[in-house]
Amino acid sequence: MSKNTIQVTVIILVLSFFAFFALSPFFFMLVSSFKPGDQIIKNGISASLDFEIMSFQNYKTLFTERSGIYLHWYKNSVLITTIQTAAAVFLSSLVGYGLAVYEFKGKNIIFILVLVLMMVPIEILILPLYKLSITLGILDSYAGVILPFIVPPVAVFFFRQFAVGLPTELIDAARIDGASEFAIFFKIMMPLMKPAFGAMIILQAMFSWNAFVWPLIVLRSNENFTLPIGLASLITPYGNSYDMLFSGAVISVVPIIILFMFKQNSFISGLTVGGVKG
Amino acid sequence: MQILKNFYEKYINSKKVAPYIFVSPFIIVFLVFYLYPMISTIIMSFQEIGFGDPEFVGLANYKKLFNVHYKNALLTSTNYTFWTILILVPLPIILAVLLNSDKTKFTNFFRSSIFMPALTSVIVAGMFFRYAFGEQASTLANSIIGVFGLEPITWLQNSIPAMIALVVLCVWRWMGVNIIYFLSGLQSIPEEIYEAADIDGASSWDKFKYITIPSLKPVIIYVITISVFGGYKMFAESYAYWQTATPNDIGMTIVSYIYQTGFNNFNMGFASAIGITLLLIVLIVNVIQLNLFGLFKKGEQ
Repeated sequence: MSKNTIQVTVIILVLSFFAFFALSPFFFMLVSSFKPGDQIIKNGISASLDFEIMSFQNYKTLFTERSGIYLHWYKNSVLITTIQTAAAVFLSSLVGYGLAVYEFKGKNIIFILVLVLMMVPIEILILPLYKLSITLGILDSYAGVILPFIVPPVAVFFFRQFAVGLPTELIDAARIDGASEFAIFFKIMMPLMKPAFGAMIILQAMFSWNAFVWPLIVLRSNENFTLPIGLASLITPYGNSYDMLFSGAVISVVPIIILFMFKQNSFISGLTVGGVKG
Repeated sequence: MQILKNFYEKYINSKKVAPYIFVSPFIIVFLVFYLYPMISTIIMSFQEIGFGDPEFVGLANYKKLFNVHYKNALLTSTNYTFWTILILVPLPIILAVLLNSDKTKFTNFFRSSIFMPALTSVIVAGMFFRYAFGEQASTLANSIIGVFGLEPITWLQNSIPAMIALVVLCVWRWMGVNIIYFLSGLQSIPEEIYEAADIDGASSWDKFKYITIPSLKPVIIYVITISVFGGYKMFAESYAYWQTATPNDIGMTIVSYIYQTGFNNFNMGFASAIGITLLLIVLIVNVIQLNLFGLFKKGEQ
């Protein structure tokens, strides 16, 4: 064997090891989803397959257990993700565009604020935000989950970076033709920003679908839970419905994995924005 | 109608006003959901908040910080941050270099596979690892250490194994993301530099040490910065493993402590004071990071 072949083999072996480390939990989650829930809780997840105790029963309980609570969670997750993603992406594109193409007083301060807030973890603010949502009457509601994160600084930054590269001649030409500032944005610039929208929609949808800390605080009643909060409520020491635990987890991951299979590049370009290329 | 239209043309649609309308969503959200809560948490940290009216208590809440639980929380968060950075910077760099080499085959498959865990929510991932780190001899974690002749461990009830379980969960979910960051950094290094080094007879190691690492410096700083923030604000992972208070505060991070103090013990004033200390940590790191990056150069771009 030449030196080159050995090198290639070693590289492939190393990468295979890490791919195995990354993928095997998915396999074991799938296997666990067919086993009786109390078995998992009692014995943990083991490497043995135990085909004789596996069945589709757990997937049936997703529809029946506690009058279909899992379907409620799923519906809440779908609706919250859709509304939040649409609103967040649209509003951030406005702000990012405004910061990129106009000169105005206070612009630099706002941009610095965006950069700083990108880094401030909301975990610090959960207590005052909780009190605020009681005051605003949005506790335990979709609005409560969505409103505080309706203009994510990361998305603003992303659109700003993208819009800086847009051709300003087009804007000037449209102004001479008498187009209003907003018509320029909606009719000319928005179509040009399509790739940025693609990447941000996917990234925001993933954040929103997986969001945990804030929904845990703001959602109070069982039927209003999103999937992560609902699943987390099953593992409490007083939890019941253990059969739903892994079947529910598997079904909750499926949409994101499908999205990833089709739109891999959007995931990656959305992620790499925060300062690496900026 | 005509008046309205004139008003619109003259003010709203003017180049002076339009920019403010574009940025207004951010300003509103900033004032309502960032600035106001920030101020109110500062005020609450000086108050005793019970069932009656809040009472001003000066620095009493901050004095309470000198207790063993806060020390444990700070230690757990710091250890977690330290270990995740120690693993999640060098290892992804090496893997990114391997993925970027033209000798490597199936690059897309490897990159996508290693990225897949990032798609899961902390709860789903946490559930898996919680039961994989179960205490029985037959669990995945115990069977793996069994191969090396070690006795089964009660992972989540002892502080060092618990830290290992937390770090493994983090490494599983973030490895792929950090690889993507480093890959995008690697791809922006001009090929000519390596060619020039080849002509000078540089070895692979020399090229890695003198070209790759220095060129990746901005990405490394960026990844370390977000890892510090990610580390100190960690909560969901700990919640997935333990939910509530544990004996000896195993796995309790600063944010878990805020959560327990605020929402389980209803001591909002003290919880706010803990929050402020976390805010200070984050701000200090932020200032260091912005200086390293040269924020003001960026603003002019």
